[in-house]
Amino acid sequence: MKIYGVALLAFCFLAGKFLGTLLGKLIDVNGDVGGVGFAMLLLISINAWVNKKGGLEIGTKEGILFWSGMYIPIIIAMASTQNVKAALSGGPVALVAGTIVTLSAFFIVPVLSKIGKEQIKTDDHE
Amino acid sequence: MNEMINQLIGKNGLLFAFLFVGIIMWVSFKISATLFNKKIPGVALAVIIGLSLAFLGDKKGIADLSLFSGMAFFGGSMLRDFAVVATAMGADVNKIKSAGLAGVISLFVGVFWSFSIGVLCAYLLGYTDPASLATIGAGACTYIVGPVTGSALGVSSEIIAISIATGVVKTIVATVGTPLFAKYIQLNNPKAAIVFGGLIGTTSGGNRRLSSHRPKIGALWSSNCNILYGFGLFTLSLSFLFCPAFTS
Repeated sequence: MKIYGVALLAFCFLAGKFLGTLLGKLIDVNGDVGGVGFAMLLLISINAWVNKKGGLEIGTKEGILFWSGMYIPIIIAMASTQNVKAALSGGPVALVAGTIVTLSAFFIVPVLSKIGKEQIKTDDHE
Repeated sequence: MNEMINQLIGKNGLLFAFLFVGIIMWVSFKISATLFNKKIPGVALAVIIGLSLAFLGDKKGIADLSLFSGMAFFGGSMLRDFAVVATAMGADVNKIKSAGLAGVISLFVGVFWSFSIGVLCAYLLGYTDPASLATIGAGACTYIVGPVTGSALGVSSEIIAISIATGVVKTIVATVGTPLFAKYIQLNNPKAAIVFGGLIGTTSGGNRRLSSHRPKIGALWSSNCNILYGFGLFTLSLSFLFCPAFTS
């Protein structure tokens, strides 16, 4: 049933946020530190564990995948509700940072590609 | 008549937001396909349209207009974080393992590099408080890590808007730049493709664009797309863990 998936997702979310807030308290930051990250790792682990036992039921999976698909639309709604007028008055930081970060990362590719000798197996069935 | 429509939408704000965002996405994907030959991804266009629409209002963007108040809930932090966690379903641990040492290192380097360069740029351009720096640095990881970090740290909406825009610029530069630079950075084998995915943390558009220019590499890329996707997500969760921690 789809609600099982949504419930599982909600469990991971709340548990992750709880851990994040706890960590925040521990390192004296007012707020949640890495809560979403913990929640994602939790969902990945639960999913991997269940996959060993035959995987989640299709309905359950669909309950999670629906929310996964809503991610981009939510980002768009979020973008449209920010204080962009004030952001623009701050200058070209987004343009500068985004461009420099990406272009500079390109040139680390050949360096890191040399690490390790193993070849990556390509799976042609996908 | 107008009164009636306003009341109807006022009572069903969230549902109207679903309809409105659906229209934005439809229009963006049409523009991407017809005007840009998909060279600029529809998603990036949609986020740009979203940011532009925010100019219609003030502090809360378009949600300042009563007709669009539902957008604030739809794009609010609760649903957003919920959906982000759900995307972790696409990550396959076995695929991540098969990426090997170089792949794993590229992940860490990718997050650390994007974050530090992003923070450095923001600092040089005059931002000094740690929470704003972390949010903009996180935005340089991806346009979703930025806002999540920002709201966890309680920065203003203006900084969150900057971090979204930083991530969008990154996506566009990656999409347009990948085929141009592929030759110079030896992006011509599966291992380099995996390293690239870990470093840049986005698959958006790159795959299609690369395929159209250099079919052979494109095919390699495609076959590794699942790994890359898993990687992108893993980068994401790593960044969520580390980005806010840097401010303390």
